[in-house]
Amino acid sequence: MKSSLPILLLLIANLCHSQIQVIGTVLEFTEDEEKKSIPNANVYWLSSTIGTTTDSLGNFKIPFRRDFKKLIISSVGFRSDTLLVNRPNLGNIILYPIVVLEEVIVEKQVAPLQKSLFKVQNVVSVDSREMLKAACCNLSESFETNPSVDVNISDAVLGAKQIQMLGLNSPYLMFTQENMPSIRGASQIFGLSFVPGSWIEGIQITKGAGSVLNGFESISGHINSELVKPITDKRFFLNLYGNNYERFEFNTRLNHNITDRLGVGLYVHANLRNGYIDNNEDTFLDTPLSDQVNFMNRWQYINPENGWVGYANIQYLADNKEIGQLDFNPETDKLTTNFWGSQIKTNRLDLSSKLGYVFPDLPYQSFGFQTAYSNHEQNSFYGLNQYDIDHNSFYSNLIFNSIIGSTQHKFKTGISLTHDTFNESVNSIAFNRTDNSIGAFFEYTYDNLENLSFVAGLRVDNHNNLGNFFTPRFHLRYSLWDKASFRASFGRGKRGANIFAENQQLFASSRQITIDGTGGNYYGLEPEKAWNYGLSFIQKLYLWDRVMDFSIDFYRTDFLDQVVVDWENPREISFYNLEGNSHSNSLQVDLNYELLQDFHLRATYKYFDVVTDYNSGTLEKPLQPSYRFFVNLNYETLKKNDSQWRFDFTSNWLGEQRLPNTSENPAEFRLPSYSTSYMLINAQITKVFSKKFEVYIGGENINNFTQDMPILSNENPFGTYFDSTILFGPVLGKAYYAGFRYKI
Amino acid sequence: MKKAIFTFFIIIGISLGYGQEKNKSVSFEVKGNCWMCKNRIEKTAIKINGVKYASWNADTKIFKAIIDERKCTISSVQEKIAEVGHDTGSFTSTEEVYNNLPACCQYRNPESSNMEHGKH
Repeated sequence: MKSSLPILLLLIANLCHSQIQVIGTVLEFTEDEEKKSIPNANVYWLSSTIGTTTDSLGNFKIPFRRDFKKLIISSVGFRSDTLLVNRPNLGNIILYPIVVLEEVIVEKQVAPLQKSLFKVQNVVSVDSREMLKAACCNLSESFETNPSVDVNISDAVLGAKQIQMLGLNSPYLMFTQENMPSIRGASQIFGLSFVPGSWIEGIQITKGAGSVLNGFESISGHINSELVKPITDKRFFLNLYGNNYERFEFNTRLNHNITDRLGVGLYVHANLRNGYIDNNEDTFLDTPLSDQVNFMNRWQYINPENGWVGYANIQYLADNKEIGQLDFNPETDKLTTNFWGSQIKTNRLDLSSKLGYVFPDLPYQSFGFQTAYSNHEQNSFYGLNQYDIDHNSFYSNLIFNSIIGSTQHKFKTGISLTHDTFNESVNSIAFNRTDNSIGAFFEYTYDNLENLSFVAGLRVDNHNNLGNFFTPRFHLRYSLWDKASFRASFGRGKRGANIFAENQQLFASSRQITIDGTGGNYYGLEPEKAWNYGLSFIQKLYLWDRVMDFSIDFYRTDFLDQVVVDWENPREISFYNLEGNSHSNSLQVDLNYELLQDFHLRATYKYFDVVTDYNSGTLEKPLQPSYRFFVNLNYETLKKNDSQWRFDFTSNWLGEQRLPNTSENPAEFRLPSYSTSYMLINAQITKVFSKKFEVYIGGENINNFTQDMPILSNENPFGTYFDSTILFGPVLGKAYYAGFRYKI
Repeated sequence: MKKAIFTFFIIIGISLGYGQEKNKSVSFEVKGNCWMCKNRIEKTAIKINGVKYASWNADTKIFKAIIDERKCTISSVQEKIAEVGHDTGSFTSTEEVYNNLPACCQYRNPESSNMEHGKH
C-alpha cells in the first residue's frame, strides 16, 4: 500500500501536466422518473469566469484547475449544483427543477343556508347550491333540505306538494318572485310547481310578519325567490333528469350580453310524467300523469354610471295533469261514471317589469317601480265535479328609499295598486269577484350601529272588499353579546280566502260543499285577520375551531277572524267564519355544526300546537304533525382539478297527525283518530367532473313508507264514501332518479 | 302675490346656490388598515350631526361622505375621526388613543397591514 502512493502521485502529476479534463453528464429526471440529458447547461469553476456548456447529450468537458476546487452546474429552471471536484469523471450529475409553488387558495365557502346575526328580520337565506342537494325540480321541492318550511302533499289524488310555515298553510304565507307577489289566488295549490328549480338563484325565507312593502296579506311569513340574472348567469345551462317512475325534466338557460349593460336570457323548462304507477293497487294512479312547458324571456339593464337598472320578464306556462283511475280514458270517460278521472289544464301568462334609479350623488337614495300582470286560466274536472278559474291580476308598486339625517335612519315609502278579477265556476255555479286596492306605506329602519336595530312599518289600504284598514309590522334585533342576536316581531295581516282555489283537493271526494256565509264579500264569508308574534334567539360560536350555530324561535299566530275549513263531517266540507279562538304556536330549535372538515350536520326539532274552534268543538288542526325532527348530513370531498364528490342525506321524522273525524262512516271506511308517526329518508350523490359538468343520482323516500288506504272507498269512487283528502303520508313509495347538469 | 312667491323662490334659490350645501359630497384620505378600522371610521363619522353617509375604502384609504355643510365641516369630521385613532388631513391622533387600537389597526407600523385581521 505504501509503495503504491508515490505511483499514484506520479500519475496525478503526469495527468496535470497533460491538462486533465474533468468530464461529466448533466441530467434531469423526467416526470416518469426517466433520466434525460440537459443540453446547454452552464458548467464553470466557482468564483471564476472559466466555464463551458453541455452538448446536446448533456456531456461536458472542462480543463482541471487546481486553484479552483468547486464546479458549479446551472441551467435555467433548475437548482444549481456545486460539486467538489475530487475525480476526473464526475459521472451523472442530476439537476432538480426549481419547484414553483403553485398558488394555494384557502377557500371557505359560505354555507348555502345562512342565518344572519345582523338582519333585523328572522331570515334564512338559501342559495342555489342548496337546491343542488335534492332533485329540486321545482320550487315546491326545493325546501326538502330546509327545516324552516314544511312540505306536505295536498291529497292522495292531486299529489301537489304544498308548503307550510309556523303550522299554517301556504295561503297565509306571502310568496314573491323578485319581490313581486307571485303564487297567490288561482295558483295557490299548483303554483310552486310552476317555478323550475334551476331558474332560482336564491330564496329568502322570513318568518313571521313580513314587510309592509309587499302588501297586507302575509300572516305567517314571506318567501321570496330570486331568479338567475341574464348578465351574471352562466352563458349556457342544460339539465336533464329522469326517475324510475318515468318522470323526466328538461331545463335549459341561454344568456347573452348584448352590451355590458344589457343582457337577455331565454329559459326553457319542460317536464313529462308518463308512468302509469299503481303500486298500492287501489286502481288509482299513485302519481299524476303530467306535462308542462314553461318558457321565460328576461331582459336586464344595468348602468352604474347614470344609476338606472331595469328588468323585463315574460313567462308563459302550459301545464296538463291527468289523475284518477288507471283505466280512465279522458276521451271516453270524461264526466261519466265509467271510471273516476280528472284533468287539470292550466295556461298562465306573466309579464313583469322593474325599474330602479339610484341617485348617483346620493347612494342612499333610490326609486323603484315594479309592475306585473298575470293571467291564470285553469279548466278542470274531478270525477263529476267541474271547476274552472280565470284569474287576472295587476300589481304595481312605487317605492322611494332615503334617509332622515343620516344612514342610521333609513326609510322606505311608496304607494301600491292592485287589481284582481276572479271568474270561477264550480259545477256550473259562477262566482265572480273583483278586488281593487290602493295603499300607501311607510317603513322606518333604525340602526344604532352597535347592537340595536329595528324596522317599523305601517301601511294603510283602501280595498273594495276588505275596507279601509291599517297594517302594522314591527321587527327588532338586539345583540345581547358577541355573536348572539335576539329578535322580536309582531304584525297583522288581512286577506280574503279563495276557498275553492286553496282547497281544490275537496273536489276529489264525495263531500258536499257547504258555505255558511254571513253575507261577506268572499263567497259570503268575512275576510281573515290575524296577528303574528315571534321571538327568536341565535348564537354562533366556534366549537373546536368549527362554526356552530344554535337558534331557537317561537311564533304565535292569533286569528281574529278566519275562514274555517271544516273536514270533520265525512259527508261534507264546510266553510264558515271563526267563532271563538284559533291559534297556532310553533317552536323550532336548530343546530348547525361542521362535525368534521367539510362534513356538516343540520338538525332541527319543531313542535306545533295548532288549534281551532270548529262548530263541533275545539280541535287540533287536522293533518298537522305535532312535531317534526329533521336531520341533514352533507359531506363534500376536497376539490381536485374542480372535480369533487358531494353526499347528502336528509331524514324527517314526522309526529302523529290528527285525522278528520270519520266515525260516521261504515266500519271499513273509518280511520283512527291519529295517524302513526313515520320517517322519510332522502339521499343524493353528486359527482362533479369539472366546472362544466356534473352528474347526480338520488333516492326519495328510500325507506319506502306509504300510507295504507290513502283513498277511502276507492272501489266505489262515485259512491257516498269516496274521499282522497285524508292524506298524512306519501302515496308513492321509494323513487330513484338520475340527472346531469352542464353549464358554460 | 304671484310676484312675491316668485321672488321668494328666487331668494331661496340664490341662498341655496351661494350658501352652504345640504348634500355636499366630500372625500379625503384617512389612515387605517382593515375592516375593523372601516367600522370604526364609518361609525364615528355617521354619528356626527350633519354626516348623512360615510364610507371608507380599506384599499384606497379614501373616505367618502355626504355632509350637510350647515351642520358640520370637513375639518370637524376629520377631527372626530382623528380622535378615535385615525390620522386624516391635518389632524393626528394622540399616541394614547393610537396605542389603544388593536395591533392590526396600528397603521403607523408598516408590519400591521400584514397581520391577521379579525380574530380579536
